[in-house]
Amino acid sequence: MSAPSVSIKLSYREALKQSLRDALKNDDRVFLMGEDVGRYGGAFAVSKGLLQEFGADRIMDVPLSESGFVGAGIGAALNGMRPIVEIMTVNFSLLAFDQIANNAATLLHMSGGQLNVPVVIRMSCGIGRQLAAQHSHSWEPLFAHIPGLKVLSIGTHEDARLMLLTALKEPDPVIIFEYTAMLNLEGEVPTDTISVDSIYAKVRRTGKDISIITYGAGVYKSLAAAAELAQIGVEAEVIDLRVLRPLDEKTIVASVTKTHRALLVEDACQSISVSSEVSARIMEKCFYELDAPVLRLCGVEVPIPYPKHLEDACIPQKEQIVTVAKKIVCHD
Amino acid sequence: MIDFRMPSLGADMESAFLREWKVKPGDVVKRGDIIAEVETQKGIIDIEVFNDGIIGDLLVKIDEKVPVGTLMTQIFSLEEVKTEVKKSGEAEVPKEKPNIHLEVHRASPLAKRIAAEKGIDLSLVKGTGTDGAITREDVDKVVVEQTSPKATSTKTAGENIRAAVAAAMSKSNREIPHYYLQTKVDMSGVLNWLAQENKQRGVKDRLLPIAPLIKAVAKALVEIPDLNAWWENGLQRKSGINIGFVVSLRTGGIIVPAIHDADKKSVGEIMQTLTDIISRVRSLKLRSSDLSDSTITITSLGDGAVETVYGVIYPPQVALVSFGGITDQPWADNGMLGVRPVLNIGLAADHRASDGNTGNLFLTLLKNLLKKPDLL
Repeated sequence: MSAPSVSIKLSYREALKQSLRDALKNDDRVFLMGEDVGRYGGAFAVSKGLLQEFGADRIMDVPLSESGFVGAGIGAALNGMRPIVEIMTVNFSLLAFDQIANNAATLLHMSGGQLNVPVVIRMSCGIGRQLAAQHSHSWEPLFAHIPGLKVLSIGTHEDARLMLLTALKEPDPVIIFEYTAMLNLEGEVPTDTISVDSIYAKVRRTGKDISIITYGAGVYKSLAAAAELAQIGVEAEVIDLRVLRPLDEKTIVASVTKTHRALLVEDACQSISVSSEVSARIMEKCFYELDAPVLRLCGVEVPIPYPKHLEDACIPQKEQIVTVAKKIVCHD
Repeated sequence: MIDFRMPSLGADMESAFLREWKVKPGDVVKRGDIIAEVETQKGIIDIEVFNDGIIGDLLVKIDEKVPVGTLMTQIFSLEEVKTEVKKSGEAEVPKEKPNIHLEVHRASPLAKRIAAEKGIDLSLVKGTGTDGAITREDVDKVVVEQTSPKATSTKTAGENIRAAVAAAMSKSNREIPHYYLQTKVDMSGVLNWLAQENKQRGVKDRLLPIAPLIKAVAKALVEIPDLNAWWENGLQRKSGINIGFVVSLRTGGIIVPAIHDADKKSVGEIMQTLTDIISRVRSLKLRSSDLSDSTITITSLGDGAVETVYGVIYPPQVALVSFGGITDQPWADNGMLGVRPVLNIGLAADHRASDGNTGNLFLTLLKNLLKKPDLL
């Protein structure tokens, strides 16, 4: 008999920090580089105290030049290191986009399989802190579009605690999206789980009536919606995609084959989103299992506004998830 | 576009079960085609259409019991469909069988798949999903209904017919103040004429005395329209002369199929119609047109010893003509006594609708018509 699962309560921020610490402890080749990650302790205090613990060689403050330091990270990876490059937020990632898309993602292919680029690039992402249009992007779909990258989205405390360690084992570039709005959120982290995969989507709640397929900030909102739906007798299955590229088609298809209905939820705006791709895969792989049209609840197609109430109105909220799921299942 | 409603198969019918659709939406039908089977107290009856056209949505489900007059489907003319298709900018409909759906049945892919597996016709499934789409649940419901025993009455066909006769005759005796008249007719002229006629006919086409009798009644009714009528909130004369002919069933009970427009049919045609409907009645394979629109009833008990029949009117009709057997009887003619084949003709009529004088005129006319069978 296995021991009962035990867990501790951690903030999302603390879980991320512990995973960084483990990564640095486990492997001498691992180092962290990014803007303000050292002396300032990270723009969101995720790396606070790590400089003191691991020293300036391994916790490296870099100049404000995303293209430069991401390129340096790629170079270090090519030369046998295991760099963790932090781009402060996804909003600045475009300045490094050429390095990511044209170098990190392509070198293995262009070198005929000779050059792996084992770099991990972390970035904070998402909206919900009243930072206005230029600092509230959800660009997961942008990166999930690019062949040669593995794209991970950390929507739970478990993944915040363990996903980085798995990402560092990858021989190729990995993009990790973390969610600024969740940093202070406390959650259970199982202490008996020592690793997670970076291959599969995960069923976070099982149900038979509808599959709510989501990732990132959508996971907890969807779980809350599922709990409310359960009170009216609708059993929703919540799937956390986790891996946005390559998509875990099998888990999606298995769930929809069971529930025959799907609602896709994400913060990124709807057009050409991850949900667009998931919806297409469902049509391609299990169309004849569908008992209702696949519906999406995504971000509104506008630059994100500054006022709180408008910001909230731009992304799917729990109430909408409940309403739309009910409409799909109960037709009212 | 024509609304096709559950027909009244006899004035005493209130409702019927739809048992089978013989068509599906988009099918092209011609006048007289059988499009459905319904079950009334008189058994399973084939329902015919009276117009050419294209069948619309089927609005009544299998085994659903619906009242007379319920909209069952709509029949669109080819022109209407062509206009419709042209409007939507598509190619012209091919002439033979336009493969069009007047309304697409929305169904989820899963519902369609299950329906195909279980052989369910989606046009008969009511959708409860978004915008009326058919969902798996809707199909499952039909599957369950079809696999569970049908909700039929526990009565046998014979018992049902008995009940229908009982209801109609009780109503008649309760509501209709009958008066009865009777006359005797020398049938030698008719029988001689029949003998001559039948010499020229094959065995199958031979005429029986009932054929000229029916024709004579029809001709007399042209002159006396007050007896070719219904009593419903007053007297309603009927333009067509549709003679209901009482057929007794071997299992007991009677059914009264109609000979439509009997005044316009030849004696030979009447005989043919009679042969046809009697065999359909006895095998309980009736068509809707057999049972609808009778305007008067004829009953004949000529096979036994009965000489005179005092009939009970079939409401809402206002008259019933009855024939006994033809028997040899002493007959005074031109001051001489002879023996003639004699038929007693009875008339039961509704005293609300007509008086004895009307009946008298009718029987007198009938008697005269039968003297000249060659003119019938």
